[in-house]
Amino acid sequence: MRALFFRDLALALRAGGGFGLGLAFFLIVVVLVPFSVGPQSALLTQIAPGVLWLGALLACLLSLDRLLAVDWEDGALDLLATSPLPLEGIVAVKAAAHWVTTGLPLVLAAPVLGVLLNLAPSGYGVLVFSLALGTPALSMIGAFGAALTVGIKRGGLLLSLLVLPLYVPTLIFGAEAARRAAEGLDPVTPLLLLAGITLAVLAAMPFAAGAVLRVNLR
Amino acid sequence: MELTVTDLAVGRGGVPVLAGVSFVLGPGRALVLRGPNGSGKTTLLRTVAGLQVPMAGTVVGAEDRIAYAAHADGLKAALTVAENLRFWASVFGQSEIAPALAAFDLEDLVDRPAGRLSAGQKRRLGLARLMVTGRDVWVLDEPTVSLDAASVALFADAVRAHLARGGAALMATHIDLGIEAETLDVSGFRAAAARMDAADEAFL
Repeated sequence: MRALFFRDLALALRAGGGFGLGLAFFLIVVVLVPFSVGPQSALLTQIAPGVLWLGALLACLLSLDRLLAVDWEDGALDLLATSPLPLEGIVAVKAAAHWVTTGLPLVLAAPVLGVLLNLAPSGYGVLVFSLALGTPALSMIGAFGAALTVGIKRGGLLLSLLVLPLYVPTLIFGAEAARRAAEGLDPVTPLLLLAGITLAVLAAMPFAAGAVLRVNLR
Repeated sequence: MELTVTDLAVGRGGVPVLAGVSFVLGPGRALVLRGPNGSGKTTLLRTVAGLQVPMAGTVVGAEDRIAYAAHADGLKAALTVAENLRFWASVFGQSEIAPALAAFDLEDLVDRPAGRLSAGQKRRLGLARLMVTGRDVWVLDEPTVSLDAASVALFADAVRAHLARGGAALMATHIDLGIEAETLDVSGFRAAAARMDAADEAFL
């Protein structure tokens, strides 16, 4: 398990691994929003939490189609399936590696980019916390979607369509928590719901993904 | 422990390919599958390896004992030869990779990224992976593809050493490796073509 985790990290960080793709996309989206909205700092402050959350979500989505497809194409997935590791564990570990290389950089970059959107000072802490709480769910749901579409040529479109509805609850409660904090309201309720969604996803999705993968490998 | 396959029927995409396949593979024995392209050798091997569910029949004694090698080697181009092998060794709970490197003459290539190996060298690395799994039943699908004569000899030596240690090998190959092995021609087990009207009945 640990070997698989560190292999995925090494692969992501080496040339051609796609590390930084999600981060660059997040950066571009957030930098471009003030230009498209115009120089109205009050409006920017109002939409900042939502834009940051949406940018992070789309950046997460961008790298999902490579999550299992690479291992499928070079045959490593078949070999992993015959190894002592359970498929559920393989998917969970790959989702964890995806989060560390994609979700975690987004969490760390979000406060910096918040400045560009004139985010209210009271919102920074909860924004980072809500992203840290919500992005693991995005990676795990994404791994489930990747397991569903593995083996399909150019499955990225189908993957996005399957995964987007599952992303909605996380987006709603994550953005809501950040917005409430930015407006000086109490963000605890949406944060609790966000944590609940993430925990449920982490508990259930590896098994769903493992079952789906077992069918898809046939 | 023996690998026992009894009255096995396998299919690809729901279409039966082979039926009634039975064999016993004991320790120290090798079994070579033969048959024309598309006759179901790969499907049979995938079923024995547990990647597919049999349509009928049983495979006994395969649980956690199979090291499978297919057409694709599962190598990562960005990792070096040693890193690739070490990864598979630790997945299978092993640590020694030196004997595998030596057996397939990969010692001079340890630090080269797998993406910069020739096709034959990649294949040798893919086969060296079998040795670091510590599994005793090798299931090999066309293992000698893109190997030159010298490498085929290396591979035959590795299989012979594996058999001498009490391992077993089940492989689909067209090359005579000079290993004492039984042969099973799968073309004699071809499944009767599925009748389309039978499928209709299932829906009606």
